[in-house]
Amino acid sequence: MTSNRPPILEVRGLRKSFGHLEVLRGIDLEVLPQELVFIIGPSGSGKSTLLRCCNRLEEPTGGSISIDGVDLMARSTDINAMRRRIGMVFQSFNLYPHMSALGNVALALRRVLGRKRTEAEALALAALARVGLAEKANAYPAELSGGQQQRVAIARALALGPKIMLFDEPTSALDPELVGSVLKVMRELKAGGMTMLVVSHEMRFARDAADRVIFMDHGLIVEEGTPEQIFSGPREVRTQAFIAEIAR
Amino acid sequence: MQALLQQFFDFAIMARALPLLLTGLGQTLVLCLVVIPLGLIGGLLVALTSLARSRAVRWSAAAAIDFFRAIPPLVLLIFVYAGLPFAGIRLSPLAAVAIAFLLNNSSYYGEIYRAGIESVGHGQWDAARSTGLKARQALIYVVLPQAVRNVLPDLISNTVEVVKLTSLASVVALPELLYSADMARSITFNTSPIVLAAGIYLVMLWPIVRLVSRLERRIAS
Ligand SMILES: Nc1ncnc2c1ncn2[C@@H]1O[C@H](COP(=O)(O)OP(=O)(O)OP(=O)(O)O)[C@@H](O)[C@H]1O
Ligand SMILES: [Mg+2]
Repeated sequence: MTSNRPPILEVRGLRKSFGHLEVLRGIDLEVLPQELVFIIGPSGSGKSTLLRCCNRLEEPTGGSISIDGVDLMARSTDINAMRRRIGMVFQSFNLYPHMSALGNVALALRRVLGRKRTEAEALALAALARVGLAEKANAYPAELSGGQQQRVAIARALALGPKIMLFDEPTSALDPELVGSVLKVMRELKAGGMTMLVVSHEMRFARDAADRVIFMDHGLIVEEGTPEQIFSGPREVRTQAFIAEIAR
Repeated sequence: MQALLQQFFDFAIMARALPLLLTGLGQTLVLCLVVIPLGLIGGLLVALTSLARSRAVRWSAAAAIDFFRAIPPLVLLIFVYAGLPFAGIRLSPLAAVAIAFLLNNSSYYGEIYRAGIESVGHGQWDAARSTGLKARQALIYVVLPQAVRNVLPDLISNTVEVVKLTSLASVVALPELLYSADMARSITFNTSPIVLAAGIYLVMLWPIVRLVSRLERRIAS
């Protein structure tokens, strides 16, 4: 990436401890506009915590985070107003089970953006159409497959017009035959110019969609590079061991 | 045998007592309309307090819940009605019952709500907050509806208990169903009005008890 545009996400010296456990030990990371950055690493290395710090679902212990030039940690920053700019997709979908797909997507449009009901529903429907689920608008989460639920969750984040989307293992709770439908939506987002930070072990997807791959271990970024560099010729021993592990 | 039937199932006496008991039933229903909503709202506040971020707030909530659950409601009611006047606070029977029940019921309803809120996975909060909803909005639109649904049988069961407990109001001379029945008993020297009152409670509450079992079975399946 030789863009000279300012990064959408800029993380500096990020630290996070849970009690005595240091989970993030000084992370520096930039994600440029329209870039798709992939994060891989062993279980417990702090990937989810890093993502959750990026919208302050987890409160960092130290360091700085800015989104589109806005300091997320500043006292004057309205975190709720910022969060709608930071879409988040979870491993376990976390759809609201008591609302239809449309209701799930429309809720924040109404309550955060203050749109009128009909307007919110029209926007929600458009977002559902983007993930190919317009015809499931009135279905409840329990009536949808895992892949469909995850796409509704993507629509829920997308509808708010995010500057960046954070994905935390979006396909690892899915049956193998449903993974493709979610990756297809993510590819379309990438093609549409969405900036994305993705924790996932879908190597094939990383190879053809990611601009950069970051390998994390024990709360630090160990190595980063193009998918080709990381997957085919990692320099660090720990990266080599991890790649060998997941390639099996 | 004959004497026993006459003492407990004298239909002529029941028929004569019925109008009085129906007035009492009206009072019982009024009481329910006062104490049930108060308990439901008070309980929600108690639950939210017991989930507060501040440890001091949580602990005071827990202490208050323990206290009011350990005190027999009858003792609480008599204290409020007969004790507070010595502190210069004179209450009508209805107000005394409302306050005593608010203190007692809020603790029970509160614990039920709390269990309900805790039964909703943390992922629901995460999802809601990640879209920019404030904590209060996440609670109202996302968490509480699921929490209430999860503990609906317990909420209804507790409400049945509350309805039964309204008969305590008879000790502060509030003419509800039991008070009226007891009055009829002492006038007629016959227990049949009490049996009739029991029958009225049964008819009123049995369908609700059935509903609870059905809900419980539906949730279990
Ligand atoms: N809320 C929390 N309280 C205490 N410890 C936590 C909390 N969240 C995460 N941790 C710990 O922080 C470490 C990093 O967790 P994290 O979920 O970020 O790892 P991860 O890289 O996402 O792992 P995985 O691949 O298994 O999802 C783990 O040791 C975890 O037990
Ligand atoms: Mg994780």
